[in-house]
Amino acid sequence: MSNKKQHILEHPMDDLLRMDRIPHIWCPGCGLGSDVAAFADGLKRAEVDFDKVAVVSGIGCTGRVAGYIKLDSYHTTHGRAIPFATGLKLANRDLTVVVFSGDGDLFAIGGNHLIHAARRNLDINVICVNNFIYGMTGGQNAPTTPLGAYSSTAPFGNYEAPFNLVGITAAAGANYVARWTTVQARRLSQSIATAAKKKGFCFIEVVSPCATVFARKNKGGTGLDLMKEFRNRTVIDHKADPTQIPLTMDDEIVCGEFVNREDPTFWENVQNGIKDQVEKNADWEKIQSEKNKRLYKKTLKYEGSRDIG
Amino acid sequence: MIKKSKLRGEFFMQGDIACAEGAIAAGCRFFGGYPITPASEIAERMAYRLPLVDGAFIQYEDEIASMAGIIGASWAGAKPMTATSGPGISLMNENIGLGMMMETPCVVINVQRGSPSTGLPTSWGQADMMQARWGSHGDYGSISLSPNSPQEFFDLTIVAFNYAEKYRLPVFVVTDAVVGHMTEKVVIPPVEELDIIDRKYTNKKPADYRPYDPDDDLIPPFAKAGDGYRYHSTGLTHDERGYPVMSEECQRRCAKRLVDKIKKNADDIIITEEHDIEDADVVVVSYGISSRTVIPAMEKAKEKGVKVGFLRLVTVWPFPEKQIRELSKQIKGFVVVELNLGQVVLEVERCAAKHAETKLVGHPGGGMHKMDDIVNAILEVANEQ
Repeated sequence: MSNKKQHILEHPMDDLLRMDRIPHIWCPGCGLGSDVAAFADGLKRAEVDFDKVAVVSGIGCTGRVAGYIKLDSYHTTHGRAIPFATGLKLANRDLTVVVFSGDGDLFAIGGNHLIHAARRNLDINVICVNNFIYGMTGGQNAPTTPLGAYSSTAPFGNYEAPFNLVGITAAAGANYVARWTTVQARRLSQSIATAAKKKGFCFIEVVSPCATVFARKNKGGTGLDLMKEFRNRTVIDHKADPTQIPLTMDDEIVCGEFVNREDPTFWENVQNGIKDQVEKNADWEKIQSEKNKRLYKKTLKYEGSRDIG
Repeated sequence: MIKKSKLRGEFFMQGDIACAEGAIAAGCRFFGGYPITPASEIAERMAYRLPLVDGAFIQYEDEIASMAGIIGASWAGAKPMTATSGPGISLMNENIGLGMMMETPCVVINVQRGSPSTGLPTSWGQADMMQARWGSHGDYGSISLSPNSPQEFFDLTIVAFNYAEKYRLPVFVVTDAVVGHMTEKVVIPPVEELDIIDRKYTNKKPADYRPYDPDDDLIPPFAKAGDGYRYHSTGLTHDERGYPVMSEECQRRCAKRLVDKIKKNADDIIITEEHDIEDADVVVVSYGISSRTVIPAMEKAKEKGVKVGFLRLVTVWPFPEKQIRELSKQIKGFVVVELNLGQVVLEVERCAAKHAETKLVGHPGGGMHKMDDIVNAILEVANEQ
């Protein structure tokens, strides 16, 4: 045993992974392994204090990410990773809070939370792995499934128009919006590093291959075939209008950093809002007591001091 | 400086506001909520108070987010609270289960209104009692406190925080629109005189720490985010490390402890108020606002020669089974007065079944019990052979 162990080299990501939980549950050919590696690499590039980073996931294949990353990590309910992360961040503003979840979790059941967190420009980062389908439950239609694609609940091809994730998030008010595929691992990890340092709501969509259900149902081949296809279809254009670049079955996948602005965050706005009030209300306790005394006297006169049992 | 400011002294105060002040006094520094009648005043007061004491207030997009948010805030080390009414609790229930499973200290205020569904938004009821106990799916022990005055709403909000911190779970304060909107005298003692309990933090090193390894009291010591423990917490069935394990054995250990930690500490959690219980023939059981209609009815029944006592449940869940069982051996029967069509009465019936009769004086809410209805029920039970 001990002899064998000596030959195992330490992987550069080991300190950020829960090695006692490996092997993971993801299928062969899944993009999530690469996405998690890009995340760990991005955090290292950002040179943040790992003890101050918390990862929150929802439910689904990507929802399992929190369980494999060796940071303070929370695996919450379906769709509610963002409000959970909001509480975590607002209660300890020193934390870097990252939500790592899937397209179904963040945009179907959790869609409302995502647009409101972006609207508030909360200082959290959201990494959304988009594989166009519900993988964990066996390949049902997602809010991202392209028109015409097959899924187990779209046996005749999907007839629902999908969401364009970067378009929605940019429109809702995020400070940073980017899209990459699993193929652009270095650019993705650079984006993750940028987001880790940046204030406000940062959103990164990662177009990722699902070999087991999406590729099988749509005759896409193996995970590697999907990766090749992503590479061939990708066009990098940072100046693209995020609302004009939906994802389809065969058109270009436009990637890049589409939004990078410096709007004040939720907490900065709170601080600006209460700055003067804190001074103005310095005698709050006294004011309340006196106001109350007056009110109490009045009521006693009016009702008599009836004691209720 | 305002940051240290806590109220003290005598006040003429609305119940909802007393609740918010109780929370501030208990050390609550995070509130996430969504407007709903008749609980909105709690959120309004917290919105005003929290930024001034360095806490955080957020009005979420819905109640689902509010509940998820207070769980998140608790893991960052804050004492968090949300406040809502029946429809909001219905939305929160999935995440209440998450709070139970992750063993997260937090307080959920339910100012009940007439129900079901949208029901009577501006009026009152007590029909969420069973929901407070069994609302989320699965087995878990749970705690609900039921105040019957603004003063008690203040006091029990503090107790709720203490229980939440001590036993690591979401604790409910289940009151109603009358208590929430009624204005009465509230005495707020100096903060130093309040009994405040904080959660037990681990003293282990990060390498030795296992987040769900309980002490003898069945409560695992806490570690908050950002302290370098780098632990995992999940709503999945988990082992002591917090890692998901999908085995029958782990499920038994995990779910059973959630039930046992409340069951075994029930004596510490249960608060009741007794009036003239000794040598009573009939005992009236009630809680919350309906308990205030009982006192005059009791007096009237006494005038008619009935030996009647009164047991008020301040803690409704865990249910005071032992006390009801013992009482049932000494008396003829119970009269249960509640503003629903029969919820807590089921528990009284269960505990009294072998020895004493149980009679419900129910009411669908939106009004109050007629005193005579309670008196007649007491007489009926007393006169039965």
